[in-house]
Order: sequence, then structure tokens, then C-alpha cells
Amino acid sequence: MKMEQLKLRRAMMFMPGNNPAMLQNAGIYGADTVIFDVEDAVAVSEKDAARQLVHNAIKRLQYPCEVAVRINHIQTPFGLDDLKVILPAKPDLIRLPKAETGQDIKIIDEIIGEAEAKYGFAAGSIGMMAAIETAKGLMHAYEIATASPRMVALAIGGEDFVADLKTSRSREGWELFVARSQLLLAARAAGIQAIDSVFANANDDEGFLAETRLIKELGFDGKSVINPRQVRMAQEVFTPSEKEIKNAERVLAAYKEALERKSGVVALDGKMIDTPIVTRAERVLAYAAAVRK
Amino acid sequence: MSEGRREAQAGTLESADILITVALTEPGAGLQIDLVSPTMKQYGAMIRQVIEKVLTANGIADAMVHANDKGALDYTIEARMQTAIDRAVGKG
Repeated sequence: MKMEQLKLRRAMMFMPGNNPAMLQNAGIYGADTVIFDVEDAVAVSEKDAARQLVHNAIKRLQYPCEVAVRINHIQTPFGLDDLKVILPAKPDLIRLPKAETGQDIKIIDEIIGEAEAKYGFAAGSIGMMAAIETAKGLMHAYEIATASPRMVALAIGGEDFVADLKTSRSREGWELFVARSQLLLAARAAGIQAIDSVFANANDDEGFLAETRLIKELGFDGKSVINPRQVRMAQEVFTPSEKEIKNAERVLAAYKEALERKSGVVALDGKMIDTPIVTRAERVLAYAAAVRK
Repeated sequence: MSEGRREAQAGTLESADILITVALTEPGAGLQIDLVSPTMKQYGAMIRQVIEKVLTANGIADAMVHANDKGALDYTIEARMQTAIDRAVGKG
């Protein structure tokens, strides 16, 4: 298993980039990643102020978690300036919204590489992720995911995506079913993580949990959240239960024992254990170990 | 606003923020800092220091600064000052 896959990104929490009170408290909610947003959360007239504030926050405040910045798209008048001001502060990740081509990623990759050299950061130390928010972007998802070794995750931006599909979001999420699955396939084929969209209704815990369970079953690694209350809920869904951990330990023990006996067939509780089951058990335990850290 | 004196604002009056107006003045006018803060007694001198530090770092010796502080930390004061200066000199 690649080490990168063990990086927990169960809850990636957006924080508006021009709000000092929220930026300085961003670390207290236990999110695996905080995403400082200088895109949709910031008015056009305040883009300069937000990127400066985010730069200072990353440089001066200590965060107990991964710090990402959602920049404006580089085709807007703001994206390149965002990178110019924010990269010297060394965020852990740059998140590109509305990614549509691998070329977008390659351009940013190059800019990050130049900044790393200029400011003396280790080459490759600033990662990237991209949000797919259009049908065109989804058609190019694998190309986007593999355009740079910096890429650690693909995310789906649900609201924009369903608008592009000319539909709207339902509570069950059928309109996103194919897109989520396709995005996951692209991410897995590229060996990176898949992160689900935000659930906009902060007062609908039941809906949030149902959606989070669904995307976990689909194979997603985490979810973007906008409300601190959703952090813990998302993390609980993604954290293996005691029962799952015990079962994984028993699977691995039975497998090991069979190997020692040089027995070709392994069974546990009457069920055959083969390679995918062993791999899944190893994944559960690696995940549990990462959670305990 | 007279010729050669450009004025710009950055920040807000929300809690933990600071609203700063920077007006670049004629050479020789010096620095004038007008600060309003709920924590004037404890932190007034420190806030002034941060404001002066950013002006100096930007090579500005002549300016009038009005700052209405709402409990901003240093990183915010510095960011708002930098943005106000960038806007005043036309970089914003």
C-alpha cells in the first residue's frame, strides 16, 4: 500500500479565507484537513485581502492538521496571483476548483515547482488536488489525476456538477451516482484518493450521515464539509468499528496460520479467505492505525 | 485627496479583524497613526509597532494610518496593513 493512501482525509473542512476569526480557530475542530477558501467564499473585490490573510495565517499560526488552499481557477484573473502570494507560505496542498484538463494541473505543477526552488522548500513537498465540477472535467478525470505526481486526490464539486448536468441535487443523490462512481474509478486507477462533495444542509444530520455512508460504500476516502459539526460525524463513518478491526485481525491471523501450514485454502467461520479479503483486512488495520496516530 | 496622496482601505469591523485606512502623504510628513482598539491599554503600543513594522518593510516613511481594531492578532494586522498599502500604491 502506498503511504499516501494512509493519509487520512475523512473530513476536509472549508474555511472562508477572508475571515480572521475563522482562520485562527480552524484547527480546533479536529478536521483531517482545513481548506482555506479564496475562491467562492471571497468576494471579487476582496481577493487580494484574502490571499494575503491566508498567507499570513499559514505562515504564522500553527495548525495541527493538513492545510490546503482552494485557489481561484488559473483561467480567472485571480488564480495566478493566488499562487504567487500563497505558495511562499508553504501550504500542504493546493486545491484547484473546476478542473477540466490535465493541462490546468501541469501549469500549476510547474508554478509550484518554481516556488519550491525559489523559497528553498523540498521538491514535491507541496501537493495538489483537483475538484471536478463539470461533465467535461469528469470526462478528463483520469488525465487530471495523473497529470502531476503532486496529485493526492480528486474531489467532486456536487452543486456545480449537477448544475452542469442541468438537474438539481436530491436527498438520495441519484443524479450524482454515475459521476461519483466514475470519479472514484479515475482516482483509483491513478492511485490517489477520492473526496466527496459538501452536504449543504447543516441542519440535516440524518441526511449528512446517509450520504457519507453511501459514499464510503462507493469507496470514497472522505468528504468535504462546511460545518464544524460535520467533522466528527464524517470521521465516525470512515473510522473502522471495533468489530471490523477484530474481524480484520482474525482474517489476517487465519491467513498467516494457513501460510505456516502451507495450506492452500483458508477459511474463517465457513467463508473462504482469498487475496482481496486479506488486502481489505490489511487496509482496515492500516486505517485503524492511522486513526490512532 | 490631494495630488500624490493616495488612500486605501482594507479589513473589516468584524470580531478579530481590523479596519485599516492608509493614506500616503507628502515626503517629510512622517508617520501618523490613529488607533482605536478595545484593548488599547494592554495592546495599543504593540499594535502600533506592528503597523510601523509593515510600513517600514514597504519603505513607507510618510503616511497617515487610521486603524479601528476589533481584537485582531498580529497576523491579521500585518495582512490588512499589507493589503491597504498594496491598494494605496496601486498593486492591489
